[in-house]
Amino acid sequence: MPRAHYREIEADSGFVTLMLLFGLALAGGLLSSLYMRHYGHVVSGMGNQIVWGIPHVFAFFLIVSASGALNVASMASVFGRTTYKPLARLSGLLAIALLAGGLSILVLDLGRPERLTVAMTNFNFKSIFSWNINFYVGFLAIVAVYLFLQMARGLDRYVGIAGLVAFLWRLALTTATGSVLGFLAARQAYDAAIMAPLFIAMSLALGQAVFLVVVMAVCAGTGRPLDHALLHRMARLLAILLTATLYFAVVQHITNLYSPKRLAVERFLLVDGGIYTALLWIGYVGIGSLLPIGLGLCPAAGRSRPMILAAAVLAIIGGLCHLYVIIVGGQAFPLLLFPGMEVSSSFGDGMIGSYRPSLPELVLVAGGMSLTMLLTMFGMRLLPFVPMSFVDEATGAPAHAVTGEQAAGR
Amino acid sequence: MTSETGSRDERASGASRRSFLKSAAGVGVTMLAPGVVLYAAAPPAVAQRAGRPADSKIRWGLLVDLNKCPPGCDLCVTACADENGLHRPGAHESQWIRKVNVHDPKTDVRREVPVMCQHCAMPACVDVCPTGASFKRADGIVLVDRHICIGCRYCMMACPYQARSFVHEPQENQRPEVPRGVGTAEACSLCVHRIDAGRMPACVEACAARAGGAMVFGDLNDPSSAIAKAIGTHRATTIRADLGLDPAVHYLSL
Repeated sequence: MPRAHYREIEADSGFVTLMLLFGLALAGGLLSSLYMRHYGHVVSGMGNQIVWGIPHVFAFFLIVSASGALNVASMASVFGRTTYKPLARLSGLLAIALLAGGLSILVLDLGRPERLTVAMTNFNFKSIFSWNINFYVGFLAIVAVYLFLQMARGLDRYVGIAGLVAFLWRLALTTATGSVLGFLAARQAYDAAIMAPLFIAMSLALGQAVFLVVVMAVCAGTGRPLDHALLHRMARLLAILLTATLYFAVVQHITNLYSPKRLAVERFLLVDGGIYTALLWIGYVGIGSLLPIGLGLCPAAGRSRPMILAAAVLAIIGGLCHLYVIIVGGQAFPLLLFPGMEVSSSFGDGMIGSYRPSLPELVLVAGGMSLTMLLTMFGMRLLPFVPMSFVDEATGAPAHAVTGEQAAGR
Repeated sequence: MTSETGSRDERASGASRRSFLKSAAGVGVTMLAPGVVLYAAAPPAVAQRAGRPADSKIRWGLLVDLNKCPPGCDLCVTACADENGLHRPGAHESQWIRKVNVHDPKTDVRREVPVMCQHCAMPACVDVCPTGASFKRADGIVLVDRHICIGCRYCMMACPYQARSFVHEPQENQRPEVPRGVGTAEACSLCVHRIDAGRMPACVEACAARAGGAMVFGDLNDPSSAIAKAIGTHRATTIRADLGLDPAVHYLSL
């Protein structure tokens, strides 16, 4: 049976330059964490009202994207779409790298990051946060085994079961990640079971978008072929997943509008929330959903690689806007201690919380993103993750191969 | 004559003094009675015996009578800050107890409500804490173990009362009984160090000594305690009772 041929990427000058740049950004992220640890979080934009800020937006983004980046591998192993198989290895590598990047931001933003071992050895099994730690570690282990089985000779028969375990695990992981917010009964903006399916859909869409951008960049940068029919199919899948995410978001807000105690927070987010309202409607709904859905489903746009790339990038921007509104906007609206009353205090009661991301937070975010890119590039240099050609192993038919220059849309 | 007159004058004077004292006593009782109904009936020091471990038969709690909480008074807040080595309110400063101004727009009634950790029977902060740093003592006091708090702030996300603060800066001149750590969460401990020494929380003591005596501290599980009697007799309520967290802090006239 013909097999796709894989090879490590070359360490040319572009590779080295990028590694250096990402390495510098990672070092900056580590220094930023040390800076915050030394002076305390007073140097961040976060306070006692908005306790999770831009680092958490990006951490959630990377973590849910990690789960979604495995879409391609799942399509090949679980759903029998063998045309996706040549990209399954890269899908697994990216999933691990994204999760590592997201976790690094979460850990380095902790008030006491040096107590990571405490978090690994003291579990409160009633805490969904604690469950998440186990899901993340388990995900890394399962995907590593999944990758090993894909790359080892003679172990193909186990790939299907490993793929199934990974698929189920990532559903559980994103359910748990959404539940980190969904279980917060105290806050009107959260406290909803729909957070779990919303985050599952979001993870599938954002992971797909990130994977599209990475695979197009890798193939363009290394001159490897990229099957256009496969690319087009992935773009259409992205559009469908974005539609699913939008559906859950709409249902969430409509449900809230029927709940009197949530009317105020919904009015804040949907109508008069300033930056949060703008990010929701323009950033998420317009730029991040309708536009890329249109691009993904439009036949003409589907033939254009720059359009597919644009759809993926817009989906990522929209996803970040959506997460910002959920995480920061949800906290900005004050807690409801005395329903029906006007309240004020020296501790922000009754006030819309203010938050402006600080430089240390942004540098920390850049560091975490860079870790993802470093791990992905290092992995591709070390082991054969990227295909040299596309072959449908089920039919043996060579897929329509396109050169890297074509992949870049040139 | 003179002596008779003198003795009559003295008797008259004595009667007048007695009359005045009676009137003064009557006025005093009338003025003070409402204020001592809750507090004076309580045993003077209701905290546990020093050196004893926390007792699961006890559940410490507070009752705040908002009718006796004077507008503009922040004695409980300053007493808490002094006792626990907190700084004055600032953008990043901890507030273990704060006064929330509550205005009912329908009736125009205004209240100032002292809000602190409500020491819930089913505390959300304890449920969500990944390491178990947030915990509830046998006697119901909710605390943070600063040695295993990793500073994730998930407890702050979960607390419906915004009762938790994060230590945003390294601390100096800390009180030996109340060590605080940068990068960890914290909240009202109900002055656990005082309770364990057989004393009352600082806010309660300050309020009783220098304000309206609006706060009663005691064992909610003891039907004979002043706090349990007052909660049973009056219509005491809790903040966000709908959440079902069963707070240990109750309010009158909320």
